[in-house]
Amino acid sequence: MNIMIVGVGGQGTLLASRILGKVAIKQGYDVKVSEVHGMSQRGGSVVTYVKYGEKVYSPIIDKGEADLVLAFEMLEAMRALPYLKKGGKMIANTQKMNPMPVITGAMPYPEDIEQKISAKADLLAVDALSLAEQAGTIKAVNVVLIGVLAASMDVDKEVWVDVIRETVPERFIDLNIKAFELGYNL
Amino acid sequence: MKKLMLGNEAVARGAFEAGVGVVSSYPGTPSTEITENIVKYNDVYVEWAPNEKVACEVAIGASIAGARAMTCMKHVGLNVMADPVFTVSYTGVNGGLVLCVADDPGMHSSQNEQDSRHYAKASKILMLEPSDSAECRDFTKEAFTLSEQFDTPVFIRLSTRVSHSQSLVEECERADKPLKDYDKDPGKYVMMPGNAIKRHVVVEERMRALEAMAEKTPLNTVEENGSNIGVISAGIAYVYAKEALGDKVDYLKLGVVYPLPAEKIKAFAAKHDKVIVIEELDPVIEEYVKSLGVEVIGKDGFTLLGEYTPAMIAKAVLGEDAPEFEVIDEPTPVRPPVMCAGCPHRGTFYVLKKLGLIVSGDIGCYTLGATPPLQSVDTTICMGASVSAAHGMAKARGDEFNKKLVSVIGDSTFIHSGITGLIDIVYNKGNNTVIILDNSITGMTGHQDNPTTGFTIRKEPTKQVDLVALARAIGIEHVVVADPFDVKEFERIVKQEVEREEPSVIVAQRPCALLPPMRKKYSGHCRITDKCKKCKMCMKLGCPAISIENGEVRIDRTQCNGCGLCTNVCPFHAIEKED
Repeated sequence: MNIMIVGVGGQGTLLASRILGKVAIKQGYDVKVSEVHGMSQRGGSVVTYVKYGEKVYSPIIDKGEADLVLAFEMLEAMRALPYLKKGGKMIANTQKMNPMPVITGAMPYPEDIEQKISAKADLLAVDALSLAEQAGTIKAVNVVLIGVLAASMDVDKEVWVDVIRETVPERFIDLNIKAFELGYNL
Repeated sequence: MKKLMLGNEAVARGAFEAGVGVVSSYPGTPSTEITENIVKYNDVYVEWAPNEKVACEVAIGASIAGARAMTCMKHVGLNVMADPVFTVSYTGVNGGLVLCVADDPGMHSSQNEQDSRHYAKASKILMLEPSDSAECRDFTKEAFTLSEQFDTPVFIRLSTRVSHSQSLVEECERADKPLKDYDKDPGKYVMMPGNAIKRHVVVEERMRALEAMAEKTPLNTVEENGSNIGVISAGIAYVYAKEALGDKVDYLKLGVVYPLPAEKIKAFAAKHDKVIVIEELDPVIEEYVKSLGVEVIGKDGFTLLGEYTPAMIAKAVLGEDAPEFEVIDEPTPVRPPVMCAGCPHRGTFYVLKKLGLIVSGDIGCYTLGATPPLQSVDTTICMGASVSAAHGMAKARGDEFNKKLVSVIGDSTFIHSGITGLIDIVYNKGNNTVIILDNSITGMTGHQDNPTTGFTIRKEPTKQVDLVALARAIGIEHVVVADPFDVKEFERIVKQEVEREEPSVIVAQRPCALLPPMRKKYSGHCRITDKCKKCKMCMKLGCPAISIENGEVRIDRTQCNGCGLCTNVCPFHAIEKED
């Protein structure tokens, strides 16, 4: 199983990939999670990969290889589309964040991305930002999206909840469980 | 139980299990988390040093004194520590000494794409290269053993994808490694010509012994699948090859990348009709294999640039096409990294751009001052070059040019390599203006303490380098502390200092917006009111929260942290803070 998580530096993609990696271990799989640190994290496009199966060699995912793409932002969803396997599924947060070429006016933010992706792939678009606000903070977008992802995967919900408990700081557990539930029950 | 660990975390685990006693490093992506993970182990002495040369020397001293010691850095850090490296090769070690260096193929977070394997050959030091986190742990432990067995420092070479990928690792107990005896031995440790001449003989003998070891070690493995194609590979390229080629080829996987095993390679090649070397960056293995008279396909089928991928390997070796995929055929704006909302550097570069100054830049988050719309930075070479290169520019082009020239350098980078450049300016009668961007932390690598923050790596309070007193002690008479968010005053000070026909230092002081106290200090959001005349002055800040939609300036509340810098630049007072 190849899962690619894309977003904008600062959105919490790293935590999402770590949660997913731990869930895969609990299923008894070999797992590799590839992360991004350093300069590319500073508000730029970030891409992490989670791969699991009997034996995983390469930690990275090439074009046309992702069974699932979890996108935290629409433009990043569009950018990641080539990585989705034919017949794969994409879950995308409908949030839009302007990159610098759009801010400076050098380029427009592409229009109707949701429709354009839907025309080519199985897309589930989710307003995770509103759900995160409902859970108590917009920072919980990542865990809302993990909830949406969990609902489309064949793993017991309890496993996800346990991993979230183990992974997030104690004082944020309740908030994150709420965020997860909102995504899961969508 | 197996745990998911970053390659870097697994190196730290391996060092811990090997009984490492002292670790000294300077942060640098992708190596930083090795040293950060050592902090978890209370029985290891660990520190951030001012730079990689110091860190390496600390580790060398600890080794001579009898402890197992390690230093970790990114590839360009190896350039900084190269001086001691070439000589510690001669002295050898007492306690095991491991030099861990992380290359960055693809330059995810670096200014060049150098291949550190060249250093192993140049300095005649054994180099191991793991492929995943389990090997990171195993090879690090083995490196300490080999270091003591062969009386040599040992390089561990990592690359971004090994350092920053998590895979499964089994944890073991820490070995009990009491300090080895310390015996005065000037013939071994005092490298003046008379002694070094003798030690060079020892180094060459050691090379022969290491070559013999490389022939037999289980770190170099042959995997036979009955194919007439033989692949020679190492590190991350090996797992890419395994993913792409599976059991369709045979493999010689090299865990020891220097010295390479000549006989093993020749024997492997003799069994195959076609031999392919799969390695990222430079053709180090390929050239060696060719030097043995073995015909081999190497860079001809691949590239010297950037990272390999399994798809690239499948195409080159098997002629297999990559899977099909969908694209949306329209221009997609790129999303380069940007300074965060609330970044203190934004105020500095706004002013430097406004004044049209030439900016000699450096390595850190503030390198992003080169990108639109701030676009102020003219040069970025290496740690510290902002100061010394500006001195060279001024000497080349004279005083009038110098009045349009500033250096910008972060607090940690200044301590790393900026001080000597500043001394050069004073000593050689330069008139440069150096702006130290003091954001109270080492930012880009993810918030490491440094000698200016007042805390050690273990967050213990310590003496804090006083940048103002330091600049004065060097002989700079004009030292000003200024807040880059007070843009009017900051502009006045910069103008005043560049005009001065004496050297000066401006300490631009405002902490990184991501530090906990600043997260607390900044609250609420900024809002555009109906006083907005759409003059777009605020857009010149390049703040990720401010953009124009349908002709209206708007502030994205999900991005704005309420730092208020935009309220300071709006000429119509049309931006307000709200809770």
